[in-house]
Amino acid sequence: MSKKVDVGRKILSANEEYALKNSQLLAKQKKLCLNMISSPGSGKTTILVRTISELKDKIKIGVIEGDIQTDLDAQKVRATEAPVVQIETGGSCHLSAAQISSALEGLPVSGLDLILIENVGNLVCPSAFELGESGKIVVLSVAEGDDKPAKYPAIFAKSKVLLINKIDLLEAGAQVDFDIERVKADARKLNKGIEIFPMSAKTGEGMGRWYDWLEESVRNIRGG
Amino acid sequence: MHETMVAESLLATISEEARKQNAKPLSARISCGMLNAVNDEVLCFAFDAIAKGTSCEGIRLEIEHKLMQGQCKNCNECFELKLSCLKCPTCDNEDFDLLPDAPLLLEQIEFETEQTDE
Repeated sequence: MSKKVDVGRKILSANEEYALKNSQLLAKQKKLCLNMISSPGSGKTTILVRTISELKDKIKIGVIEGDIQTDLDAQKVRATEAPVVQIETGGSCHLSAAQISSALEGLPVSGLDLILIENVGNLVCPSAFELGESGKIVVLSVAEGDDKPAKYPAIFAKSKVLLINKIDLLEAGAQVDFDIERVKADARKLNKGIEIFPMSAKTGEGMGRWYDWLEESVRNIRGG
Repeated sequence: MHETMVAESLLATISEEARKQNAKPLSARISCGMLNAVNDEVLCFAFDAIAKGTSCEGIRLEIEHKLMQGQCKNCNECFELKLSCLKCPTCDNEDFDLLPDAPLLLEQIEFETEQTDE
């Protein structure tokens, strides 16, 4: 004999409670918080370091670094003198909202304008865990191929911004087959409002539009 | 791979409900949207592994995947979105809003009930 009981409970409610707490804390202090998600090796850290250095007189940026092992990325960010907290997940493939809660305690949040979270390199799992961020930024480098928005729709559907990185490789003699227009069209099929900025964090090409977007978003949060 | 964390939360939630009901769970039905990126095999494997030795050992998981929903901007029709065909089935319009993805939900648990007579 058995009986069926309707439950209707969210399975990740513990994560969502922390995410809500984080977003309330950030909203109260009017801070912009962006969660950067990509495959390993797309250039997230290089984008971060260049962005921090070139905007340092305009926006005070703090960083939360997520990695499975090592604090190599945190060391690179630390060289810019921006405050940084490293989370070593020790094998876990994504950051959770509870980890962000404790990392925020380690950052001088009140003196910052923007908190950038560098999630663990992975295009799938991090997209399923809300952290309490203001928005997600997905980074795709041209060497990964132009079929990624079609193959990994979740992260492209959920992101505010798509950064197409390493466009300098496209000009190096057509060694990389990458159709930017296809990527834009596929990303917009599921996400009409996504902002798309092609760039090279190595040469600096195309970074200006990303900086303008960041500055405007910081202004909007402060005024809102 | 994030299924391990989903399995842990699921085990905690089912165990809590089992204590409330004071009964042994036999199966559980969960539902999730496509954007939760849950793989059935991986989730069941992870759940079986961590449920060993608990009151949830050996229970069967049924996982229902809910398709994404779109709302046509032309005729307002709500429809199930297929990645292979992203347009309104009623009027063929390609301009639509993506509706929020279904959350990861524990819908129902089946519990063993005590036999009242032999």
